[in-house]
Amino acid sequence: MTIHTGRGFACINYPIGMNLGGDPSQALVHSTPDGKFMVTLSAIDLGQGMKSVCRQIAAEALGVPIEDVYVDTADSDTGPHDMGSFASRGTHRMGNAVIRASSEARAQMMEAAAEELEVSAADLDTDGRGNIQVKGAPSKMITVADTAIAAQFKQGRTLSGRGIFLIEPSGVDWDTGEMSPVTTYAHAALVIDLTVDDETGEVEVKHINSAYEVGRALNPKLVEQQLIGGAWMGVSHALYETTEPYYPARDHLPQDFNTYLMPGPGETVPHDIAVLERPAADAPYGGKGPGEMCANPVLPAIANAVYNAVGVRVDKLPITPEKILRGLQANGGAKPGPRQPGTPQ
Amino acid sequence: MPKTPVTFTLNGAETGIFVDPGLNLLEALRREAGDLSPKFGCGQGTCGACTILINGEPHLSCLTLAVAAQDADISTTGGLAPGADLHPLQQAFADGFAAQCGFCTSGMLMAAKALLDRNPRPTRDEVVEAISGNLCRCTGYDPIVDAILDAAARVQGRVTA
Ligand code: FES
Ligand code: FES
Repeated sequence: MTIHTGRGFACINYPIGMNLGGDPSQALVHSTPDGKFMVTLSAIDLGQGMKSVCRQIAAEALGVPIEDVYVDTADSDTGPHDMGSFASRGTHRMGNAVIRASSEARAQMMEAAAEELEVSAADLDTDGRGNIQVKGAPSKMITVADTAIAAQFKQGRTLSGRGIFLIEPSGVDWDTGEMSPVTTYAHAALVIDLTVDDETGEVEVKHINSAYEVGRALNPKLVEQQLIGGAWMGVSHALYETTEPYYPARDHLPQDFNTYLMPGPGETVPHDIAVLERPAADAPYGGKGPGEMCANPVLPAIANAVYNAVGVRVDKLPITPEKILRGLQANGGAKPGPRQPGTPQ
Repeated sequence: MPKTPVTFTLNGAETGIFVDPGLNLLEALRREAGDLSPKFGCGQGTCGACTILINGEPHLSCLTLAVAAQDADISTTGGLAPGADLHPLQQAFADGFAAQCGFCTSGMLMAAKALLDRNPRPTRDEVVEAISGNLCRCTGYDPIVDAILDAAARVQGRVTA
């Protein structure tokens, strides 16, 4: 029995959203009478942090403290239309819609404040702490709360905004097959170090090193959280998970969580992450978001590392001990590939 | 079939409900006692989302008959922070970004509480062991293990972060 080390690499050019059909998202923003703002969306937060990021974006575009912004994703019947939370589109699509809706609401807010202060709205600015001031004369000011109260009860004005993000739907050029399926791309490169036991076929992933380019990381801790959890899921997809282990035969189907394999808290892999920030021009404050890309590159990198370790090319997921052992048998034993400089021995 | 009365203490409050004899405690807590903090993940004892403490011990409430809770002292996540301040475990989970969708969080917190009540200075392996019956799809587990160790340190006054 020999334990073989292997290193595998994968990189990814990852589409954010889909141009087909224009991929629209809408947002509505309105003030409450006490000077807070409600952002209404129909896309939901799956745990990736879409609500937190949209809250940050709205606060920034409105010019008010983040504590004064709420995001409501309660109901797609009563909220504005959205294509949904998928295709790694959340930050980019909803964020852009939220900026537009918030900018319109901000303009209303500045008009209402201007009327109260008897100045021109163009001379006003927000301080981000809940006040609206005359530029160059900050002592002449009104709070956002008083502005909202005046708008609601005195001026008869709503502080609200509508936003939609829709891109030019991209059709196919039937002669060339050419089309432009996405507006922007995120990127990642990932290196896996693992070992393969040539007697049992067992794979142990030892280390993940990754670099992700996600535009601006609008919430760096949420980005890191998503990358850590996503890589875990990538390892799980690569080595364990399947609902049809012997497809098309229906043998050994997992029936429940007991028989559906996933790595547990004792089988996590150390993961060093570098996040590169290259703000994208068409993205909200430059943020594209990691999305599904957090799991994807792990799978080919593991397949490549297994090939590097023992020379077995597994092209069906998951890469189980059985498939590795059959490959070793077909090849007449382990055929380790070239060692990369720095590969652990 | 007549309903059976069951009385127990739920997060310190005397509680009485009427249940069908076959009803499990998870459904009884959620539907009859109005405590939605234990979550229904699988209903068959394989995910840990429904973990609660019965007389201080972690139990899967989906596998426990409600009638068996007679006179028991039950704690759920709903009672972890009775006032404005979060429980140290909740605070450590929030600070450590140890929840994403949050569906496993309630069960994780109760499994962790059972551990820390019994063993205030656990090793990493002991934390892993304590939550090994709780599945999480989102976090990759490490942030949860780190948060539980962090909470233990905070309670001990050994603040790490
Ligand atoms: S709901 Fe009880 S273990 Fe899953
Ligand atoms: S945070 Fe989603 S299952 Fe754990």
